[in-house]
Amino acid sequence: MTLAVQAEGLVKRFGTTKALDGVDLAAPAGSILGVLGPNGAGKTTSVRILATLLKPDAGNATVAGHDVLRDPVGVRGKIGLTGQYASVDEELTGTENLVLIGRLLEMSRSSAKARAKELLERFGLTDAGNRAIKTYSGGMRRRLDLAASLVGRPEVLYLDEPTTGLDPRSRNQVWDMVGALTSEGVTVLLTTQYLEEADQLADRISVIDHGRVVAEGRADELKRHSGSQTLQVRLSDPDDVTATETILRELTERSPTANHETGLLTTPAEDPVLMSALVRRLDEAGIVADELSLRLPSLDEAFLSITGKPAGGEDSTPESGEESTA
Amino acid sequence: MSTTTVERPEQADQRSPGATRRIGPLRTLQHGLTLAGRSVLKIRKSPEGLLDVTLQPILFLAMFVYLLGGAIAGDTGEYLQRTLPGVMAMNMVFGSLGTGMQLNNDITKGVFDRFRSLPVARSAPLIGAVLGDVVRYVVSIAVLLVVATLMGFRIETNVVSAAAAIVLVIGFALCVCWISVMLGMLVKSQQALPGVAMSFMFPLTMGSNVFAPTETMPGWLQAWVSVNPVSKLADTARGLMIGGPVAGPLSATLVWMVTLVVVFFPLALGAYRRRV
Repeated sequence: MTLAVQAEGLVKRFGTTKALDGVDLAAPAGSILGVLGPNGAGKTTSVRILATLLKPDAGNATVAGHDVLRDPVGVRGKIGLTGQYASVDEELTGTENLVLIGRLLEMSRSSAKARAKELLERFGLTDAGNRAIKTYSGGMRRRLDLAASLVGRPEVLYLDEPTTGLDPRSRNQVWDMVGALTSEGVTVLLTTQYLEEADQLADRISVIDHGRVVAEGRADELKRHSGSQTLQVRLSDPDDVTATETILRELTERSPTANHETGLLTTPAEDPVLMSALVRRLDEAGIVADELSLRLPSLDEAFLSITGKPAGGEDSTPESGEESTA
Repeated sequence: MSTTTVERPEQADQRSPGATRRIGPLRTLQHGLTLAGRSVLKIRKSPEGLLDVTLQPILFLAMFVYLLGGAIAGDTGEYLQRTLPGVMAMNMVFGSLGTGMQLNNDITKGVFDRFRSLPVARSAPLIGAVLGDVVRYVVSIAVLLVVATLMGFRIETNVVSAAAAIVLVIGFALCVCWISVMLGMLVKSQQALPGVAMSFMFPLTMGSNVFAPTETMPGWLQAWVSVNPVSKLADTARGLMIGGPVAGPLSATLVWMVTLVVVFFPLALGAYRRRV
């Protein structure tokens, strides 16, 4: 396995605040790495270092085989950057912006124009190509930013909070486009404060908080990391709760949470075999369950258990959709 | 943490020697010209952005010539002849504000970060902004000359020395713009720039011999006016356009131009490097 992005021990101080306190990141070529964390966790600082916009105070990083400190020009030749800061010229049109970038990448005038046309088409912006960027909607603007970062056919693409502030429809469009990129072999490093987004898009997730990576793994691994699975039983007759409680206690050797009015019982369950045993015992006892489920904790719960605070930090994240219920 | 063993990423790209690759001067210039092309494109799109270097000097010229010219020189026509080369010189100082404004805007809006994430020479945006502004200056001088001609201005020397005056004035602009670039890098917001810039522009432009002869000024002001680079440039442009001594003021102007570059180019570049 080749790593397209590899960062080791990145440290960055701004004055007295330590924005990064030894960040390690690794993205295998062709994968999507999600960097998940609340505002101020160090996501953007990490991306800026990996994009050679910022020099780390310590640590090193290699991107597409080029060292960010020793060969920044080599890195820049391989990356695309989309973020609220790496912007386009609002007074120019979509086409003009893309052609300008193509020309800066030393494409000929005609191939820069052809590439611009192709990208506008791909991102559904053909009709808007001759309008100034300042007239674009938020979603169009984000799509153009994405197009702008793809002009040079990068091997590694950084998406720094690509959907922050977008409505759900535009967000889904961006997600679809990101998904399509990996099928072309592009490695994507995506930062987000939305758990749902990381869950949807990323192959692996690095959870970052206070300038440190506090957890790393696949989404399901992270969910498991935060604790065991939960077994949930919903009985059709709440009168059976006491009997079921006894069965569950025997099976798991701990007391389940039981609600005698709704007939809902939940208990932590490490052993997957538990499910079939439970079905058998309930059957023998003649107890009918409407619902039997074994569920992983949500990433929100994972985040809470890893960082000790809810996702999103001080800022609430209304778009993550999963919070506030439960 | 992942326990997967990985091959060294260096092996991923055979072409990469791992050593620092530099972008040569030719490619730097090419990138700079591409970005200058962007400035020109923006001028074509919104010519109203040129009002500061076109309308403003015309207003200055008209105001001084018709309002005060008669009183100062006894005759508006004669005053126009004397003042126009100076207004051209003055206009370059005011016009240089645009360079700092554009660079500051590009930085705060994030356009610079886009350029910097591309394999583009780091100084290219700076070169692009400065070269792009040459176009602004040329347009500005052309408009000013047309209006002045309509007002009655006539070149009294010859076309060649008048053209030399224009080249010199633009050359001066390229030297003085580094002050603006430096300030553009230092101020946090674009809105703050004009106010800060006025602190150097006003003494340079108004504290000169562009609009009035120096004899009646108080001694301390005379002392400043007599060394002011804009006075020297105005003297030279006057000499080249309507006749008079050239060699003396020209050498003083050139000394100033070199000084401005020697002092402010490194300061501007330092501020630029710190900011981007």
